[in-house]
Amino acid sequence: MYVAVKGGERAIDNAHQWLAEERRGAPTVPELTIPQIREQMALAVNRVMAEGSLYDPDLAALAIKQARGDLIEAVFLIRAYRTTLPRLAASNPVDTGGMAVDRRISATFKDLPGGQVLGPTFDYTHRLLDFALMAEGDPPTPIPSPPGGGEAPGPTVSHTHDPKAPPSPRVGEGWGGGAPRIPHVTSFLNRDGLIETANPSDATPPDLTREPMELPADRTLRLQALARGDEGFILSMAYSTQRGYGRTHAFVGELRIGTVAVEVDIPELGFAVEIGEIELTECETVNQFKGSRTEPPQFTRGYGLVMGQSERKAIAMSLVDRSLRWQELGEDFTGAPAQDEEFVLMHCDNIQATGFLEHIKLPHYVDFQAELELVRKLRAEAVAMREAAE
Amino acid sequence: MTDTSPLARKTRMATLAKAPPARLAALFPDLPPHHVLRRPEIGAVMVRGRVGATGAAFNLGEMTVTRASVRLETGEVGHAWVQGRDRTHALRAAALDALMQTGAADDLTARILRPLESEAEARQTARATKAAATKVDFFTMVRGEDK
Repeated sequence: MYVAVKGGERAIDNAHQWLAEERRGAPTVPELTIPQIREQMALAVNRVMAEGSLYDPDLAALAIKQARGDLIEAVFLIRAYRTTLPRLAASNPVDTGGMAVDRRISATFKDLPGGQVLGPTFDYTHRLLDFALMAEGDPPTPIPSPPGGGEAPGPTVSHTHDPKAPPSPRVGEGWGGGAPRIPHVTSFLNRDGLIETANPSDATPPDLTREPMELPADRTLRLQALARGDEGFILSMAYSTQRGYGRTHAFVGELRIGTVAVEVDIPELGFAVEIGEIELTECETVNQFKGSRTEPPQFTRGYGLVMGQSERKAIAMSLVDRSLRWQELGEDFTGAPAQDEEFVLMHCDNIQATGFLEHIKLPHYVDFQAELELVRKLRAEAVAMREAAE
Repeated sequence: MTDTSPLARKTRMATLAKAPPARLAALFPDLPPHHVLRRPEIGAVMVRGRVGATGAAFNLGEMTVTRASVRLETGEVGHAWVQGRDRTHALRAAALDALMQTGAADDLTARILRPLESEAEARQTARATKAAATKVDFFTMVRGEDK
């Protein structure tokens, strides 16, 4: 237990002032703006939104700036801010089948209907430092126009279309008529009964931001905890299942990144309205399953859904989700950490972890004083006993 | 065309909510005389997903939202729920929702809603075009051990 202490106000003020100075860095270097962070550090912004559990790119960029780039500190700032917001509503479940897809790949079907779309990926890059990015002031290297009429990415969206450019196929063309709906890969396996189905339900899901988490948790509560959990922790848990600690034989059935509309029932109106759009990353794994006492042999599924573009986290989440389902599917508990719901759910939140970890640096003078007294007493007793024995 | 059907209203409220606030301000700079029924309020909406995309609903995380309601001097009431924390965006959207119930609807549709719709479509097409340019066809190679 730590105790309240008094004093040190001036030292604390000075420390915070120095922090502000260090945050700014050398005044000879231009200061970062929030739009610069939002646009050019987008994946850091995405991570802060996902783990802060609040979708607002400007606020996440501000938090990153204030936290000097310490992403967990930035998540902390966002979590603190979100507690000040009144909860106005819950959305209708987002329809990821209607996602405007930037990226969509499958590791299980090479010729999937709708096609494999790479999107703006790091995959197939050589991971060599690009020193051109360091050459300040030089104009960015022009990107050759991709085939199919694609435009090179620019700072502004051009609304003009080149009439001479060949018409480019829309993503998901040929599916569902007008709107480019892209079917989920698992729906193909569903048709043959080879994979478990996920039956829709509109029951109000538990919310760990409202009620303390109780174990055993159902799958919906686990997914909420994993979606806001620390990417590094969830990655390591997922990796441990791949290395054999609770093996689940996962394939990435599908990974998709893009934007979906968020629809909310407006009480004043009595109908639902789309209030905005958010970027999501979704991963569905297809897992080998030999069958159990209750289930026939078929493929099973793990699910990951994360705010922003975060495929490492989404894949990891779907592996951990599947691993935690051992009981529901009648599998054996092998003692692996990734099968242990309490271990995963109680340790995946980096703000809880940081809070408890870092509190030990705060004044523990009274506790420590008591420990000191105890050790002194024990030592004195030990010395006295040794002397008596001699 | 003073269309007050829920579908038309649903569509235009979505268009106004998704419009970039600066663009809406440029197209609709001056608010008509109005009485504020609900001052712009910033809050959060819990976004839900579905297990396995089609199953039970679960809580994914929140997003910031601003809502506002206004009444025009002529009595029409307009509502807005818009993503983000821009109060004037919500007020403008609410005022337009109210004005769309008046005789000004046709003019506003032509001057504001149609341009916003076509710009949104152009943004989506531009992204879809880039995505389509990264569409690949993987083919499997014959592996040594298969020979």
